[in-house]
Amino acid sequence: MTIVDRRQNPTGRNLGNRQRFLDRAKSSLRQAVKENIRNRSIEDTTSSERVVIPSDDIQEPTFQRDAATGRRSGVLPGNREYQSGDTIARPSGQGGGGGSKASEDGDGEDSFAFTLSRDEFLDLLFEDLALPDMLAKKLKSVETTRMRRAGYTTSGPATRLNMVRSLRRSLVRRAALDRPGTAAVEELERELARLESGEIVPADGRARETRIEELRETLDRARRKRASVPFLDPIDLRYNRIEPQPEPIAQAVMFCLMDVSASMDEDMKGLAKRFFMLLHLFLARHYEQVEVVFIRHTQRAEEVDEQTFFEGRQTGGTIVSTALEEMLRVAAQRYPPDEYNIYVAQASDGDNLSRDVEICTRLLTEQILPMAQYMAYVEILPQRDRFSMAPRRESDLWRGYAPVAEANPGLAMRRIAEARDIFPVFRDLFRTEGASE
Amino acid sequence: MSADDTVTPLFQGPSWNFNTLSRTHDAIEAIARDELGMDPYPTRLEVVSSEQMLDAYASTGMPLNYPHWSFGKRFAQQEMLYRKGFQQLALEIVINSDPSLCYIMEDNTMAAQATVIAHAAIGHNHFFRHNEVFRAWTEADTVLDELRHARSFVMECEKRHGRAAVEEVLDAAHTLFAHGVDRNRNAKHQDPAETRARLAERRRAARDEADELWLRTVPQQPEDSASNAEADERRAMGLPEENILMFLEHHAPLLAEWQRELLRIVRWFSTYFEPQRQTKLMNEGCATWTHFEIMTRLRDKGLIEDGAYLEFLDLHSMVVAQPTFDHQGYSGLNPYALGFAMMRDIVRICTEPTEEDTAWFPDIAGNGEPVATLRRAWAEFRDESFVRQFLSPKLIRDWRLFQLVDDRAAPEYVVGAIHDEAGYRDVRRALADQYDPAVLSPRIEVTGADLRGDRRLHLCHWVEDGQQLDPLEARRVLRHLGRLWGYDVSLVERDATTDAELFTFRSDEF
Repeated sequence: MTIVDRRQNPTGRNLGNRQRFLDRAKSSLRQAVKENIRNRSIEDTTSSERVVIPSDDIQEPTFQRDAATGRRSGVLPGNREYQSGDTIARPSGQGGGGGSKASEDGDGEDSFAFTLSRDEFLDLLFEDLALPDMLAKKLKSVETTRMRRAGYTTSGPATRLNMVRSLRRSLVRRAALDRPGTAAVEELERELARLESGEIVPADGRARETRIEELRETLDRARRKRASVPFLDPIDLRYNRIEPQPEPIAQAVMFCLMDVSASMDEDMKGLAKRFFMLLHLFLARHYEQVEVVFIRHTQRAEEVDEQTFFEGRQTGGTIVSTALEEMLRVAAQRYPPDEYNIYVAQASDGDNLSRDVEICTRLLTEQILPMAQYMAYVEILPQRDRFSMAPRRESDLWRGYAPVAEANPGLAMRRIAEARDIFPVFRDLFRTEGASE
Repeated sequence: MSADDTVTPLFQGPSWNFNTLSRTHDAIEAIARDELGMDPYPTRLEVVSSEQMLDAYASTGMPLNYPHWSFGKRFAQQEMLYRKGFQQLALEIVINSDPSLCYIMEDNTMAAQATVIAHAAIGHNHFFRHNEVFRAWTEADTVLDELRHARSFVMECEKRHGRAAVEEVLDAAHTLFAHGVDRNRNAKHQDPAETRARLAERRRAARDEADELWLRTVPQQPEDSASNAEADERRAMGLPEENILMFLEHHAPLLAEWQRELLRIVRWFSTYFEPQRQTKLMNEGCATWTHFEIMTRLRDKGLIEDGAYLEFLDLHSMVVAQPTFDHQGYSGLNPYALGFAMMRDIVRICTEPTEEDTAWFPDIAGNGEPVATLRRAWAEFRDESFVRQFLSPKLIRDWRLFQLVDDRAAPEYVVGAIHDEAGYRDVRRALADQYDPAVLSPRIEVTGADLRGDRRLHLCHWVEDGQQLDPLEARRVLRHLGRLWGYDVSLVERDATTDAELFTFRSDEF
């Protein structure tokens, strides 16, 4: 015989296989989700969704008999009262028989539909949209740990004692060692007391003394046994095993900047809102905690709550740099970049004072972009331009930002004209580098 | 019986090291060889972590295996069950190779390790070496080589032809896993290289012949010889053929050589597992009886302490738990429990027979050689014949076994035989039938391949007791099968007794 210690060998031999399995399940789901996206409103990201996937991908079909046909017999243990020839009603829910055949016709037969929860749906939706630098940030961030269940162990703190498992083992041990129960001892005691008081005599006609002697001995043995075999022995104890698992710091802040000057009409604000919503949902997938700061601006900027941000009315000119400054102020005050992943989303119609554009670009390159993980600028096209085929004159802001974006991958910019543009834009903005469509 | 004071236990306390392992193994093997007359393969104990055990588990218990997503699927399931605490890991995995590999987990206590060694390294191992079915179907000394070849070949193919192409073949082959065994033939292994060469030669000859014919004769055949040619073809292809995987490997017209080799690899795995399918009950019964006997003898010799023995009993009782049919934890007959009970029962019949036993088992009742009788049974039987031969009325009574008949044409289940004088034989027959390998998977044959016509592959499912195929699954399998065959496939369901056609699947219709 030889003993080989394999513990030093690499574990996770199956990680490759596992990844293959996930890939397989995912590629079909992703396909199905894509189909599904076409038919749903972008606001409706919260309801769960029925998704039909072609079932071949993760199925392992075999030739097997249909339980709803023919005659079969089986041998079962533990008969109590049945006699040969008795009949037993079929458990309900099984009686259908041949039900699967009915659904067999037509196109749908080889796919199966199931419902994805909202979380699963969004996971897939956002799957390949991981933000740039996020990984890097994660690696940089200090890891915290979270405890997770992992089977049972024989030692541990009292708070993790698993009562059910422990008592089950205690029961087995007591049964194996023949430890008399309380009831058995009490029974003996009662009989002894009644014999001694003369209330009863031994049924088999023996002398009372003999029986008393015998009982005392039995009782004594039983008590000794109970004393030597404890009810709960340390070897019975089982504890829930809980292992720490490292988790990256998971908090982010998202700044939503929007121009609310008169040139932005309700429609345009609506579009901006959907964009912000989607971004928020996405961040919420990746971080445990996402804080959102809303900053609106005309020629002045201020931090407001969500409702005011989207619904409040304000008139005035447009000075974009005020919003950027306000954002920097809030960040400096409350969200130090070494504790938060900072994301900035700016929505505007592109109008700005010409001389302010320069200030904006300077703020961006010198302060905001170095600090933020990512900044997205979306320009909402006014209604009148949406159906025009003529190339649009570039806005002031766009012209200012474009060179910055070219030099700096941390800034992305896109134009949105109507609701159905939002999602593709969003996908573009946050597409994982190198991921193929 | 009581321990000699000078004997020191093999180990103390729960922790183990390589010394205690090796000392305990030697003591256990000595009992097995000297007292029980057992003769296992030499053993290699491999200590693994729980993570590695999970790994091995998911690769169908093989020490190495080719990469495939389905193992990942199994791994994900197992891991989830384990992490949530629903299920404990198997204590051991043993491979019937020579020398046999026995995996033991580092987290186990020494008492558990001793149990595992007695169970797997001795019990299973002896069974592997001596049981007829294993001897007929597997060659222990080539197992590890085959596994290595399978792995490197699949990986090489993936490199050369891409993962998707390899997976397409493997997926399809996996669906036919249960139909890759020669149940009717003598299953002795053929040398793969030889088979390969022979086939290549045959194909070349056929091609030359065809060329010759084409050049020299006008392709005009009399009408009646067409059917002759067809019959010849059927004979040449060995039809009807139950081993679908082998048929495809040899005769599928469009497969490349590497694809045929992949099919052969899957077929090898299928054949490797066939004895395990046929002897699950006996194999576990043998191993469980062996560990119980050996651990008890160790205790009696004072070689293990009471505490360790107690832990062993706890483990043992968990292994042989058998909930009754109306219990919510019931999930069929536990092969460990029933196997163990039958082994014990045989010992009882050999040593303390009742009148009933003498009537039922005249050749072994009271022969006074319980262990030799067991060894003979382990060598010569498989589950089905073992139950047919050795299930005693007493065991049927003790287990209160009864037969339940489910006829879909009837509105209710009907209780068949029960544990009474009139029922013993019927219960025994019904239980033995349940272990019949022919009953375990549907009987499906390749009946024809219209090579001169549209090249449609014809399969037939011989329907027993009206049990037809699950149509959805059947269609899925047929689609995979069609990919391997390259042309359309049909499957006819025929009643095995009346020959009546019940249903037809055609791959071009779905």
